Amino acid sequence: MTAATVTATPPTRTVRVLRRLGEWAPALVVFVLVVGLWEGLIRALNVPQFMLPKPSTIVSVFWTQRHSLWPAGWYTFREALGGFAIGSGLGIVAATVVSRFRTAGKALMPVFIAANAVPIVAFAPIFGAWFNPITMQSKMAIAGVLCFLPVMVNTLRGLQSAKPRQIELMRSYAAGELEIWRRVRVPTALPFVFTSLKVASVLAMIGAIVGEFFGGSLDALGVLIFTDAGVFQFDAAWAGILVASLLGTALYGAVVGTERIVLRWSPETRGS
Amino acid sequence: MSVGSPDRSVSETRPDVVRVAGVTKTFPRGNVTALQEIDLELAPGEFVSLIGPSGCGKSTLLRVIGDLVEPTAGSIAVNGKSARQAREDGDYGIVFQEAVLFDWRTVAKNIGLPLEMLGWDRARRRKRIEEMLALVELSGFADHHPWQLSGGMQQRVAIARALAFEPALLLMDEPFGALDEMTRERLNLELLSIWEQTANTVVFVTHSISEAVFLSTRVVVMSPRPGRIAGHVEIDLPTPRTAETRDTPRFFELVTQVRNLLRGQGEHLLPEEEALG
Amino acid sequence: MVTQVAAAGPLARSSLRLPVAAWTRRVGSVVLVLVALVGLWELYHWVWTMTGWTWPFIVNDTSMPHVWTIFQAFGQPAQVNQPPLITVLLHKTAFTAKEAAAGFGIGALIGFSLGVVLVHSRLLQRGFLPYIVGSQTVPILAIAPMVVVWVNPRLPGPLQGWGAVAVIATYLTFFPVTINTLRGLQSVEPRALELMRTYGASRRAVLWKLRVPSSLPYLFSALRLSATASVVGAIIGELPSGLQDGLGGAIFNFNQYYSIEPQELWATNVIAALLGIAFFVIVVLAEKAIVRRAPENVA
Repeated sequence: MTAATVTATPPTRTVRVLRRLGEWAPALVVFVLVVGLWEGLIRALNVPQFMLPKPSTIVSVFWTQRHSLWPAGWYTFREALGGFAIGSGLGIVAATVVSRFRTAGKALMPVFIAANAVPIVAFAPIFGAWFNPITMQSKMAIAGVLCFLPVMVNTLRGLQSAKPRQIELMRSYAAGELEIWRRVRVPTALPFVFTSLKVASVLAMIGAIVGEFFGGSLDALGVLIFTDAGVFQFDAAWAGILVASLLGTALYGAVVGTERIVLRWSPETRGS
Repeated sequence: MSVGSPDRSVSETRPDVVRVAGVTKTFPRGNVTALQEIDLELAPGEFVSLIGPSGCGKSTLLRVIGDLVEPTAGSIAVNGKSARQAREDGDYGIVFQEAVLFDWRTVAKNIGLPLEMLGWDRARRRKRIEEMLALVELSGFADHHPWQLSGGMQQRVAIARALAFEPALLLMDEPFGALDEMTRERLNLELLSIWEQTANTVVFVTHSISEAVFLSTRVVVMSPRPGRIAGHVEIDLPTPRTAETRDTPRFFELVTQVRNLLRGQGEHLLPEEEALG
Repeated sequence: MVTQVAAAGPLARSSLRLPVAAWTRRVGSVVLVLVALVGLWELYHWVWTMTGWTWPFIVNDTSMPHVWTIFQAFGQPAQVNQPPLITVLLHKTAFTAKEAAAGFGIGALIGFSLGVVLVHSRLLQRGFLPYIVGSQTVPILAIAPMVVVWVNPRLPGPLQGWGAVAVIATYLTFFPVTINTLRGLQSVEPRALELMRTYGASRRAVLWKLRVPSSLPYLFSALRLSATASVVGAIIGELPSGLQDGLGGAIFNFNQYYSIEPQELWATNVIAALLGIAFFVIVVLAEKAIVRRAPENVA
């Protein structure tokens, strides 16, 4: 990645924006190519529509059925968002609490890591039994639990990874624990937190939909997708999947955007 | 003007190992002229130190010789070939300031890396690795990993690796810069004793005047902005050099000469004038 | 940095050779944790039944069966004239484990290859990474039935059924491996790259002698995640396919009977949890055996 010319003056705003857009060009090209290929192959090979519909069909259904699809998507999105917020929030709080007790934290870390290895989805039906499956709460609970563990483990790891030299420096300024927290531990932990939030954002939406598989309100997107698939209306099902994917990406994008702002100083978020 | 031990006397009929002519290097970013019209010849068996303040281009010059940096103008010949050809033929070994050992390889395997690249078979590699370990006196550490060694030991491994395939030329970029003074002095002695056995030509970049004078047959003083050669000082200290050599008056005189060149105060002694005393 | 290490013995290969005392301490702490968890469970149960609190959910013997009941359920047959639950579950575990292992292996291979391909071209990275990331936002559970219906007929006989689920497990596995392989391959220090240049090394040599070994800590960090993801993928894949032979099928079935026999679903979940942890532990052990690094440099 070499600069084509070395400008003597810093690039103007327009140049910077254009350069940013230019970075997306290859992705756009790939998108166009893939969609074109997909559409073309299906038309050419006359693939039965019920299995893998043409992109054009999916998009048209996406639009024509928007009155049922979009609200359903919003419903499920709220479940995912709620679960994401609660789960991640609790995860951060839990990690903060555990990190106060230095030895306990280090000793329990393997436990948390092992807990992270448990396939939470197996517990989805139980959440359905605990909370009335028709309500949002049951799905929020699943999404929340899915988010809680990775966020907690990574936040804890981040809080524990402050460089000893920096702590020494703060002590030489006679800084109290709270100050050290604010000025060293938290900024060091932030990149870890955001990495886990990115993971959690994707898991939240998926968790909500998995939960809906075991039963849920008719207003929910997951239920809609499974019902459509059940009666072989695959183009509607795919349109629903498109909605779910877009919403999940939106949540992910929101986290990435927040990260860019909060972590402006970090070399990894700058100029990537 | 004799240098080193008798069997290494410089003969005018032997071709230069390194010939740098009119080499200039400018970095577009910041408009820095790192090197300007550098002319330098190294005869076989010489131990040449490049010394100068920051920004004088000594490391850049080393890298130009090693074809790690392309000059903006001028020519380089290493072993009679272009710098690129010399690099691809494995005509030189390099030692950096950091040991740059591979953590996932044992000491022995690290030394064997260039030999693997050259396609040597296992038996031949093993034999050479043993020889190299003996050369740098680390024979018991073949199966250790880099992080189990001290900084000085790691550098010895790096030196062993650089010499493993018996290159004609050895390039060293402040190899002992990150070590403490005691270790540094000890490694200087070791390097000289190794050099006596391998008889390469050495280009040695350093910040330390005493190190340069102690090790070299010739010290090339460079000055910055733009980077150029300020002068040469032939080092006629007797060999083999020992720790006591540092205490001799001649040593002190040479150090002063180098220092004066660095300060830019007159005394740009040309080799002929030097010999006349 | 360690200085006078002449006295240090050869590299301690891994904690596989820890002395007995350390091993018993580890096992002991695991047991302690389990006991604590069981204690917390029963405590919660007791407190909530005593006080009659209904938040976050109503506590009774159906929603939170006693640990002992769950334990007992392993020994009893789930249905009349059937072998004990534990035997049935172990068979199903083996089935699911097969799917997960296949998914893990293939997913890791695909992820690694993708990483190797992408590291050589910034252009390819910019073109494809957004979609690789985006692929994970697609709710795999929703696609699973279609994947199964489409893939199954195209598989050779003995692979049918579980093979399609393995595909789904692959889907969930490859992503972290791709991302981390890419990061790991790019993480070499510039001096090491310079060193390889002095050897006139080809791109291939640089890849295999420098980049790949250098990327192993990152790779294993991803493999730890993928271990769990492959088990999740296997279970999720079984659900809509109606496959009876695996844990996913068991979960689905026992879910229907939850109000009557809650402990069976719980028992299945415990086994599923153990499967996930087992996969994870295997990867961790493999990492200890394969990755040789300074202790503080492991990702």
